[in-house]
Amino acid sequence: MNRSVTPSAAPGRAPSGGATWGTVSALVLRELYRLRRERSRWTGLVLQPLLLWAILGAGLRDRFVVPGASGLDYSTFFFPGVVVMTLLFTAIFGTMSVIEDRQQGFLQGVIVAPAPRFALVLGKVLGVTCIALVQMVLLVAVAPLAGFSLAGVQLPMLVAALLLTAIGLVAVGFAMAWRLPSTQAYHAVMSVVLIPLWVLSGAMFPVTGGVLGAIMAANPMTYAVAAVRHAFAGGLASTGPSPLVSFSALLAFAVLALLVATRTALRPSRRIA
Amino acid sequence: MLVVSGLGQRFGDLVALEDFALEVPSGAWVALLGPNGSGKSTALALIAGLLPITAGRVTFDGLVHGASPTDVRVRAAIGVVFQSPSLDPKLSVAENLGLCALIRGLSSTEGAARIAELTAALGVADRMASLVAELSGGLRRRVDLARALLARPSILLLDEPSAGLDESAFRRLWEFLVQSRARDGLTVLVATHRPEEAELCDRIVVIDGGKKVAEDTPDALKRRVSGDLVILESDRLDEVQSILAQTLGLSGRRSADQLVLESEAGHRLVPRLAEALPAGLLRAISVRRPSLADVFVKLTGSSLAA
Repeated sequence: MNRSVTPSAAPGRAPSGGATWGTVSALVLRELYRLRRERSRWTGLVLQPLLLWAILGAGLRDRFVVPGASGLDYSTFFFPGVVVMTLLFTAIFGTMSVIEDRQQGFLQGVIVAPAPRFALVLGKVLGVTCIALVQMVLLVAVAPLAGFSLAGVQLPMLVAALLLTAIGLVAVGFAMAWRLPSTQAYHAVMSVVLIPLWVLSGAMFPVTGGVLGAIMAANPMTYAVAAVRHAFAGGLASTGPSPLVSFSALLAFAVLALLVATRTALRPSRRIA
Repeated sequence: MLVVSGLGQRFGDLVALEDFALEVPSGAWVALLGPNGSGKSTALALIAGLLPITAGRVTFDGLVHGASPTDVRVRAAIGVVFQSPSLDPKLSVAENLGLCALIRGLSSTEGAARIAELTAALGVADRMASLVAELSGGLRRRVDLARALLARPSILLLDEPSAGLDESAFRRLWEFLVQSRARDGLTVLVATHRPEEAELCDRIVVIDGGKKVAEDTPDALKRRVSGDLVILESDRLDEVQSILAQTLGLSGRRSADQLVLESEAGHRLVPRLAEALPAGLLRAISVRRPSLADVFVKLTGSSLAA
């Protein structure tokens, strides 16, 4: 600890223009570093929904007839819902680290950097989204087991659906994690809010009418499930929203969630200091 | 120069900081000395940009902090070492510092050169592949200091930098800072509850209950406690106090099982005390020069350890 370091910069030196994108790329890179170190944990987030799909698919195959698509195997109907569930689990798990970062101190170092707060939000959201997309490669690879032909998958549509859904869900998770005091509180809120929304997304049963139908129509995850179904096989989603409606709703959800997350991150919080 | 004026912060009903003012000239070292909850960390959080400034003003070399577009330039000029290291414990030292270089907007070449320079100077170059979680508290603090200095800040803010460090790690940390100051003229603002840390600075701002109580050089502050301190230890302090008040007209302040008396010449007072008090009443009697902790007690009526 006795070697020289070069002198400080001139006071008030303007930062290089790279601080904003540097922050975004650093936070994305950080998630990828963590993915490399915690592969088993992230893989578990894929395997858990797949296990649920296998059990429910096998159990309900002979008992559940999809309205408007008789003869459709329940495992096939349920698979896009499992894809969205995996995105949801990854969003919850990935943004929980916002609370850990706040408690362990990493977050403070990012907040005081010469970059706008939006860079922090975008970096975290894109970082977790990257992990989600890596997981999706695993899920798409097993899609033939659910009766989908890989050749029939409309890849650009699928990527767009996954990207918008992941961005929206991660941004929602970020906003909640920023405001909540502990990982326990975060888990509780996510279980009460997001898991029921997934159940009411058309993932397990088609969109219905009445009060339940109104809730499902207002639920962004309904459009995520529908968009993924359209991407896997167009006819499968005949009971849900159209591709245009689905993607428009998902785009609005992603943009709105990002704005809410940024606004939340700009609010003063004693927990940060 | 860092200039802080009228700075305030409320958390609900709690006034964490009130009308706080401070000046840190370029190259100077200033300490904020106060116990936990006194408002010093809040002051540092506001100056660092961790909390938005809602009352008061912070400028650095005339540039206003918290007001776009100069805010970014002020942030670029400030390096911060928080109480908890701003490092990801699950990543390696190299990964942490690499990410920080990106966050501070350094180019890859500049970042790599700066990381090599600082890790060598701080003696952590051989731990680059280690996970931060595997490092000792002292090493972690040194890596965090490297992180804070990466972008060559003009001023370094340190919040309880020696928290959790043993004596050896504490000494090494401050040796590095003293050397950096001698060579580079590093400006430092440190928040601490340790008098020995505050004494290393040119000026000390004493803070308590969110307000500035005093500001002066360490020696001038110590002179506010006159002469020597005579410390009497007894199991029957009430009796001791009563006798001294009646016989010598002396009163002191109680601290646990001690009675502390201020005296211009402690060595002259001791024989008088021994004569005035019955044998066996005192457990021990000692004389020492006042410390900054004593100054704090005199100024605020409470202890730094509170």
